[in-house]
Amino acid sequence: MYQYDVIDQTIVNERVSQFRDQTARYLNGKLTDDEFRPLRLQNGLYIQRHAPMLRIAIPYGLLSSKQLRKLADIADRFDRGYGHFSTRQNLQLNWPKLEETPDILEELSKVEMHAIQTSGNCVRNITTDQYAGVAPDEIIDPRAIAEILRQWSTFHPEFSHLPRKFKIAVSGSKQDRAIVQAHDIGLEFYYDKEEKMAIRVWVGGGLGRTPILGSIIREHLEWHHVLTYCEAIIRVYNLHGRRDNIFKARIKILVKNLGIEEFRKQVEAEWLHLKNSPNTINENELKRVAKFFTAMPYEKLNDQDSTYDEAIQNNRAFASWVKRSVHLHKQKGYRTITLSLKPHGLAPGDATSAQMRIIAELADLYSFGELRVSHEQNLILADVKLKDIFKVWEKAKAHQLATPNIGLLTDIICCPGGDFCSLANAKSIPIATSIQEAFDDLDYLHDIGELELNISGCMNACGHHHVGHIGILGVDKDGSEWYQVTIGGKQGNDASIGTVIGPSFAADEMPGVIKKLINVYIEHRDPEERFIDTVRRLGINPFKEYVYA
Amino acid sequence: MLNSQLILNQSIIQDEWTFVPLPNANEEVKKQAGKLVLYKLTGESQPSELQINETVIPQTGKIILPLRVYLKNRNTLQARLKNDEISLWFATHEILEPLLASEKNINVFPLIAVFSERFQDGRIFTLGNLLRTRYQFTNILRACGDILQDQLFYLKRSGFDSYLIKAGKDSNEALKALQSFSEPYQGAVDIKNPVWKRKVRS
Repeated sequence: MYQYDVIDQTIVNERVSQFRDQTARYLNGKLTDDEFRPLRLQNGLYIQRHAPMLRIAIPYGLLSSKQLRKLADIADRFDRGYGHFSTRQNLQLNWPKLEETPDILEELSKVEMHAIQTSGNCVRNITTDQYAGVAPDEIIDPRAIAEILRQWSTFHPEFSHLPRKFKIAVSGSKQDRAIVQAHDIGLEFYYDKEEKMAIRVWVGGGLGRTPILGSIIREHLEWHHVLTYCEAIIRVYNLHGRRDNIFKARIKILVKNLGIEEFRKQVEAEWLHLKNSPNTINENELKRVAKFFTAMPYEKLNDQDSTYDEAIQNNRAFASWVKRSVHLHKQKGYRTITLSLKPHGLAPGDATSAQMRIIAELADLYSFGELRVSHEQNLILADVKLKDIFKVWEKAKAHQLATPNIGLLTDIICCPGGDFCSLANAKSIPIATSIQEAFDDLDYLHDIGELELNISGCMNACGHHHVGHIGILGVDKDGSEWYQVTIGGKQGNDASIGTVIGPSFAADEMPGVIKKLINVYIEHRDPEERFIDTVRRLGINPFKEYVYA
Repeated sequence: MLNSQLILNQSIIQDEWTFVPLPNANEEVKKQAGKLVLYKLTGESQPSELQINETVIPQTGKIILPLRVYLKNRNTLQARLKNDEISLWFATHEILEPLLASEKNINVFPLIAVFSERFQDGRIFTLGNLLRTRYQFTNILRACGDILQDQLFYLKRSGFDSYLIKAGKDSNEALKALQSFSEPYQGAVDIKNPVWKRKVRS
């Protein structure tokens, strides 16, 4: 993975000093709340219901075991011994003290980490496929460009105070796992006819209050120009995006209002001035960064292991976990493993400091000391030998990290919701846990098959409910908490936005509503048909009728 | 220590220019989402004819005029312009096209000031960049309005070399912010090349 040189380290150190000074000026009254707000947000610090929340950046979801141990230490020393992995592949601490955040940032800087631009109206953490570099369907490993984008966007002076937040995702695989169509800019890498790396550029996607899938602004962009082309897009947005209404300030609204043709015209006109300007990347810089993301020193192995096969034969629990949690790998004899942060009945995406240390140990022993965070809020060991998988399972199981529910109904994607977040209209974690408890029968869960259930506690859609096969949105009606249900949303190449099935429900009705939706699916499904396919084939009416009958 | 809110490059200096404001316009009240909210339009409004006509232009000394007031009185101001007494200011939501149409060379002005009503309004950074890179303005580029210490580094990188710090804020302390980062990553107006073109990296 990428390793800091003295330039990276200096920038992060200078950021710690800067934020220490800003915090001190706020605490002694030299900065008002309004003046301090964007400064703390651009350092990931929110003022929440009970305490501040600090969002720590995990660039494109890649972590070393050393970094994860540091996060565990920070969770113990400055928080309550746990952290929450978010849908933006970051880590959130729910109970830090404002006065101590500069110290937390200083601790992070010791392991090449920070909280830069994890919130605020600026370019946020670049996200990508959690299987980057190891997925069999990968065409181009997007991580080198993701790192180049990270550096370029860090304290970009022109784009430090945009109308609203700005999210960029990169993907280089056949199956999109980075949801490029739901980002302000989505960059899809491919090889063009001349076998050169090129980029399909999506713009104006986003979830939130007004969910919109992105449009293609450029079908073919030579990779050298990725930074200047992004500059052209963001410049047009910075000048013309709405600043008078926070709910209409995202780039998607500008693209929608202008229409993609006109928006493209303006961007292309701007790009004529920026093309080949100094931020144009050259071969040497790409090579320099790409060398941090070369293949691991794999052993030459067969793609079969008898002890592994026997364990599957003889151990039903192991076999059912393997089915959900073990994924194919580019390299023969290796697999990628997802550790579930979704044990039934606990907050989805949370990990205790003890679990973090166990996972760091597993990474050191079996996966070259590296980890990934997925936007589905699980942790991934990317490079595990077949013969080690059983050992990983035993250890993971002993620490509640091996619930065999990856990709199933109880692998719920969920924001912190009203328990923690001051933006939320309603709680989300208790809804998630009550659904998990209602579907605790593993055989039934496996029979239901692949299903993505997403919960957001408000319109801001941190739980990505619009693209959940089943989406749940917390809404406020006259001061009480209600839940609106959508079905038919999907992430990936054939992404879609879900349709609301009808009036919202009370919290205690939710497990029953989900059960009804599942019953309709089971009754009508064709063999091998997933929930989403049945919804797409039948439309929402049979589901709606049964749920509201 | 000089008692002034004005920074030029790395120093605090006395202001030799008189800023000429536009007379106040009436604030607009708009109905939105069922609630009556009061807000100043940030993107839509240009100075009104009434505002332009009622602006009092001081007859002597170095003055910074509203862009639209200058354009309206361009002919009568030429002698003073040649005498380096006339500079311009405009707000972040104003468009520059009328100026570019009227002046072939904007370097006739010794100073251009961009007025930002709210420090969160990031258009000022793009405007600074465009004035320096596309319109080749080489004289003093001043940021004024809600200008605070913690945005100075970004302003400097976007081409500004002068900053009128908001009244009540400590300009001496603000000076420090110009040194926040020693080697920024990306190329911008002040340092054109990205760090990987400036330094040998491992």
